[in-house]
Amino acid sequence: MGYGDYQCMDENGIREDGRKADEMRPVEIECGVIPVADGSAYIKWGKNEAIAAVYGPMEAHPRKIQRQDRAILDVRYNMAPFSTSDRIRPGFNRRSREISKVTRDALESVVDLELYPRSKIRVEIEIICAEAGTRCCGITAASVALADAGIPMSDMVVSVAAGKCNGIVLMDLNKPEDNYGEADLPMGILPMTDELVFLQMDGDLSMEEFQLAWDYNIKAAHEVHAIMVEALKKRYGGDI
Amino acid sequence: MSEDSTPAEKNSGAARLVHPGERLNVSTDIVPGHGIRQVGEDFVVMRMGTLRENGKTISVDPLSSRYVPRSGDLVVGYVEGMTNNIWFLDIGASFNAILPMSLAPWKVEFGAVREHLNVGEAVLCRIQEVDETHSAVATMKGMGLRKLKSGLLEEIPPHIIPQVIGKGGSMLQTLKDLGQTRIVVGQNGRVWLDGDYSGMSKVRAALKMVRETAHLPGLKERVNALTDE
Repeated sequence: MGYGDYQCMDENGIREDGRKADEMRPVEIECGVIPVADGSAYIKWGKNEAIAAVYGPMEAHPRKIQRQDRAILDVRYNMAPFSTSDRIRPGFNRRSREISKVTRDALESVVDLELYPRSKIRVEIEIICAEAGTRCCGITAASVALADAGIPMSDMVVSVAAGKCNGIVLMDLNKPEDNYGEADLPMGILPMTDELVFLQMDGDLSMEEFQLAWDYNIKAAHEVHAIMVEALKKRYGGDI
Repeated sequence: MSEDSTPAEKNSGAARLVHPGERLNVSTDIVPGHGIRQVGEDFVVMRMGTLRENGKTISVDPLSSRYVPRSGDLVVGYVEGMTNNIWFLDIGASFNAILPMSLAPWKVEFGAVREHLNVGEAVLCRIQEVDETHSAVATMKGMGLRKLKSGLLEEIPPHIIPQVIGKGGSMLQTLKDLGQTRIVVGQNGRVWLDGDYSGMSKVRAALKMVRETAHLPGLKERVNALTDE
């Protein structure tokens, strides 16, 4: 199969994995999976699997990175060597640096950093199994882990992505759709106000396609948010 | 509900779990308390916890927290290091507290700090002052403040300390009676126990149970059940 030969949808509008254009992959979240961390979350998003752990607030080291008026977020996104079919060389690379940065920027807009001057909040995101959309997976898991750690924040960032394949706007691209598709639009959304804290666009979308992808993302963000809240409540035995 | 219950227990029958970002519908005369911020007309929940209404204030009791020092707190610190005239204490907060030799209860020669307190030892101390960047100064001058030479230390998260103490110290008394132990609860969540080994084990088991179920109603009954066993 060459580039451009991929057919993402059959004549009935059903995708390869049985979804419709505006449907997302099933999402499961569990809190408190790392007992020694201050907060943690496990997320399974289709075939993607990730774990996020939060430590702190703690003293920021070295001292030159401290901010006298607020805490800093130290976000580390990492893919396990075994998370994809071709082994990933362990350690930082250009892609993981970028994703760590955009995750930090997205989370900084909600976390109440001014409460913890000179401190550091460490957020570790480890991708265990990757199948397109791991940055969304990571940001969402990190939000749940931060909430689980009791870090004050004004909302939880939900990250979802829509894209385009064979000229059709699709919600939540899977691996072949992402590889053979034309565009990908990951967004970080604050579900309470529908504010945007993170957006990247890979490829081109027309104004109409962009609007459709945007609408898909907003709708999906609310669905994921409900799952996040349920996971947090489940950790403490639901409503008391 | 018995009269002895703490305010947290009293409300726990109707406690509602809230998550960061949740908007609350409240009447206009209510004011936001801990863990809640007013944004325009909205009351926004800032952290995961249970909702608590106390008169006109609405606040969130967190389910997970880290110790933030306040001046006057009685805490248990571990000596982590020292200079010629200062000890550095791990008090469980984001930053180590300092204990200057001038605030130690002994006459300390300059450069001889190690002879009185060495790395790894535990002290009962009080927070003397905290500045705006959360640096704390501890003191050991005061009644009952001392080096802890016997017993053992157990940790609980700081937000459940009110439940461990109980109204008028009732829960603490129950725990003391349970194991016939001496107990000191530091505001940083470190609990010092001293007594015979089997008694301390009982109290440790009770504290473990409290740690795991403090947010659920009926805590007092569960601890009493342990006492009856």
